Amino acid sequence: MRIIRVQAEDFDIGAEFAALAAGGTDIGGLASFVGTVRDSAKARRLTAMTLEHYPGMTEAAMAAIADEALRRWDLLGVTLIHRIGTLRPGENIVLVLAASPHRQAALDATGFLIDWLKTKAPFWKKECFADGGSAWVAARDADNAAAGRWE
Amino acid sequence: MAAALSFPIRAEPDVVDRVGQIRLLYFAWLRERVGHGAETIDLPPAVTDVAGLIGWLRTRSAGHEAAFATTATVRCAINQEFAQPDSRVRAGDEIAFFPPVTGG
Repeated sequence: MRIIRVQAEDFDIGAEFAALAAGGTDIGGLASFVGTVRDSAKARRLTAMTLEHYPGMTEAAMAAIADEALRRWDLLGVTLIHRIGTLRPGENIVLVLAASPHRQAALDATGFLIDWLKTKAPFWKKECFADGGSAWVAARDADNAAAGRWE
Repeated sequence: MAAALSFPIRAEPDVVDRVGQIRLLYFAWLRERVGHGAETIDLPPAVTDVAGLIGWLRTRSAGHEAAFATTATVRCAINQEFAQPDSRVRAGDEIAFFPPVTGG
């Protein structure tokens, strides 16, 4: 099972777990990652974050990343949901779920999926600050290094 | 392109509907600097690859020049797949320019 969505609305983590688990009773482990909006960036108070994406290419890139995880690990299902639009501190941004017969594959695949999502899917974040300023988030070397360990 | 030509010209103004054109998309701060998110242009005869296209676009407006002034932070996709400076550009292509991605 492969669930991939780009959406403005929030996601229900429990409902998504249930949807993936409905794939079969041979699942022995479900691992998750949830990315949320922090309330500060580089010591500036953040009031909102706006996420832009490239419709079409984004969904294709997410599907390719999911397929790569399914190829590398013994997985029974993968969920990738990424929000777009303007989000406030504390709101969910991204959900990654991986289901497997055994925990290690689910845990490893979840790390792989979020690392590659951050560096290979065309999304861009713009931060809006309490001081009235705003700035596009720059790509981080640490994110590229994290993605690179799966190469 | 062949499939598109077998149908009536679509109503949307944002599709490549003439032979010899390319569709350009800009995202994030490239969009802000260029001043719009999309444009359709005739493929300049001298342009054969992404680097050549960027060089040509820089002369199009002050906004384009600002967008492409630091090419080290510009990424490109052709027909929704990541491309390189020496990737070939052909009529009918959808070519997107954007900064390194920052999702997740």
